[in-house]
Amino acid sequence: MKGRDVTRFVVAACVALAAAMSAAAAANTRLTLGMALEPPHLDPTAGAAAAIDEVVYANVFEGLTRIDRHGAVRPALARGWSVSGDGLTYTFVLHQGVRFHDGTRLDADDVVFSLERAMAADSTNAQKGLFEPIERVRAIDPLTVEVTLKRPAGDFLFGLGWGDAVIVARESSATNASEPVGTGPFRFARWVRAERVELVRNDDYWGAPVALESATFKFISDPAAAVPALLAGDVDGFANFPAPEALVRFRDDARFHVEIGTTEGETILAINNRRPPFDDVRVRRAIQHALDRQEIIDGAMFGLGTPIGSHFAPHHPAYVDLTGMYPHDREKAKALLAEAGLSGGFRATLELPPPTYARRGGEIVAAQLARVGIALELVPVEWAQWLDQVFKGADFDLTIVSHTEPFDIGIYAREDYYFGYRSAAFDATYKELSTTTDEARRARLLRLAQRLLAVDAASGYLFQLAKSGVWNARIEGLWENSPIQANDLTEVRWTD
Amino acid sequence: MTLLLARRFLGLLATLLAASAIVFVVMEVLPGDPAAVMLGVGAGEENLGALRRELGLDRPPVERYLLWLAALARGDLGLSHTYRVPVLDLVSERIAVTFPLALIAMALTVAIAVPAGVLAASARNRAGDIAISAVAQIGIAIPNFWFAMLLIIVFAVVLPWLPAGGFPGWDAGLRPALAALVLPAVALALPQAAILTRVTRSSMLDTIGEDYVRTARAKGLTRRAALWRHALANALIPVVTIMGLQFSFLISGTIIIENVFHLPGLGRLLFQAIAQRDLIVVREIVLLLAVAVVAVNFLVDLAYLVLDPRLRRGSHGLS
Repeated sequence: MKGRDVTRFVVAACVALAAAMSAAAAANTRLTLGMALEPPHLDPTAGAAAAIDEVVYANVFEGLTRIDRHGAVRPALARGWSVSGDGLTYTFVLHQGVRFHDGTRLDADDVVFSLERAMAADSTNAQKGLFEPIERVRAIDPLTVEVTLKRPAGDFLFGLGWGDAVIVARESSATNASEPVGTGPFRFARWVRAERVELVRNDDYWGAPVALESATFKFISDPAAAVPALLAGDVDGFANFPAPEALVRFRDDARFHVEIGTTEGETILAINNRRPPFDDVRVRRAIQHALDRQEIIDGAMFGLGTPIGSHFAPHHPAYVDLTGMYPHDREKAKALLAEAGLSGGFRATLELPPPTYARRGGEIVAAQLARVGIALELVPVEWAQWLDQVFKGADFDLTIVSHTEPFDIGIYAREDYYFGYRSAAFDATYKELSTTTDEARRARLLRLAQRLLAVDAASGYLFQLAKSGVWNARIEGLWENSPIQANDLTEVRWTD
Repeated sequence: MTLLLARRFLGLLATLLAASAIVFVVMEVLPGDPAAVMLGVGAGEENLGALRRELGLDRPPVERYLLWLAALARGDLGLSHTYRVPVLDLVSERIAVTFPLALIAMALTVAIAVPAGVLAASARNRAGDIAISAVAQIGIAIPNFWFAMLLIIVFAVVLPWLPAGGFPGWDAGLRPALAALVLPAVALALPQAAILTRVTRSSMLDTIGEDYVRTARAKGLTRRAALWRHALANALIPVVTIMGLQFSFLISGTIIIENVFHLPGLGRLLFQAIAQRDLIVVREIVLLLAVAVVAVNFLVDLAYLVLDPRLRRGSHGLS
């Protein structure tokens, strides 16, 4: 008797739940997007994590310029600008009537504050290099800002479009990490840590109104949990789906749309150029010959990814295909190692951070290098450890990581960057590039820079990360490619 | 009786103090330099110095320990190094998920296991017993995360009755919040119920053979009455002991289920804190879990007093 009552209760409860679920499903101005990584905080001007920009860029915060879905520079808070003939003085004119989410007005003083804060000695901005060319920032009047540079910088306007250069208010900048206050079309509503961030439409937005009433980012790190979350409708889509092996089932499902695009993520086998035997270019070239890029893409990334021969994104007009410089050739690799006096091979460690491109890719790379006599010990590490040991401490032999910042070929000109590559020729080329504004000349210099890196085999260039997005077929406006790490929701709408 | 309770309570406090001392020594004294552990190998001397001052590491250990206890008494669990938010806020958010989840899982476990164990014992070696024991064996063997995925496929994808994961928060309403905890609770309850069934069964088998049960039957009680009213009450002591252990496990060991259902629980917080080397959060959670286990054991002791009148009288029986 007891059992039957229990059964009846359970059935009744299930029916009630089903009814509640279906009633709640109707709204078409709300979007829930799944994300694999949770940001450590929400201030894009104070941290390197891509996840921060993926939540707030273009949604909550805006800069003087912005990067659109094609990677082009567009006006944002600055409705226009003029550049002096010598390329040293930029004058920005701001939009009128722009307010931050706490009601305070945006004026030139906020721009001066934001840029000076980023440039300050104690600034925690992850991209201080963007602001390095700035000599001085001055407010001419409440809506006009003059920025004077030390030298012409061809990519200055592009740099201002990055998440690290968004404009913040003096009054609220200190608490942006937990309660972001920006000028964007969405305002911050709530952050339930480890679960989700909720944004709601900013009805006082200065620009074109957005279609979505609210946007929620849900953090689902387990790839196996991402699939049922999408199928059950718990999330409406993933801009970066963490389980590429499951894409096949979504491709055949008419309810979903699968979009494979490109990113700015160059996935490389970083080599510690300072450490013997890797300081010998022959050893580095041997490694290039030992690698089979397509095998890594097929084995670790389910065939999603484009092979690269240097540190540059294939979708860019100035890209040079250098994948043929070191064709997969084990005999050549062994010959080069013998030339370098290492015919017996050698041992080394391969540090692998958490993402699948590293953990899965690392096993394939180790197998490929083992075939030419290089025995690798795989060392899986968490991001915190990787940042400390590999990135800051440069205490590694080899590692696999993806550099996702746009146009980051300049990292090879940095002194004491973690992989320790130094080349006078590259430094000179990059220096010239950074002061050149002429497009044709920039393209020539970029091509040269790519070739220099390939000739020196500065890193083992593996592939460009693909952006695999899966979302409800009734959604339109999500970015196909990822020219900058962001989930720009300003043009997203449900087509119902 | 009150003296007994008082003694037990003092024992509880002493255990808590000892637990806090052990946690302190392991987290702060043994690693050498907690600041270096948190910031890592390549950290600059300046950053290390700043962190040491922030954590108060320039003071002697005993003083730090006492300051820590004083802060705990005030309810100040410190500031998370990665999130820059008071640890108390972080932990309370997570406990609001983990604790109810553990309770529901425990309730389900007991609701399934006790009747099943009693039935198995009363049908000893016959069809009913064999069936229940077989199911229990399978329940112990199945990995709970696999079972969790199965539940998600059936109840969230094929039959869209329940969410596939996540937690909407208690302020989203009682029904949505509970709906989010049903599948995780079932996934957690399965192996625990299987274990508890076997414990109940063997404990029942012991008491069924006792003289007083035979006397109860001789007096004219039905088999069922003798079973449930007399045998079970006395079989409960080992069952309650295991329940105590299971509840402690449910509070601290839910990390895998929390990952599969992406619940913002205590297990995931602990795991993330370890991955991010946020020693402050790790220390507070470890202490919290120690407190929870000690508290559960204390409750189990109290339960013994309720179940076994001999203990209440003090000198006789099992004290």
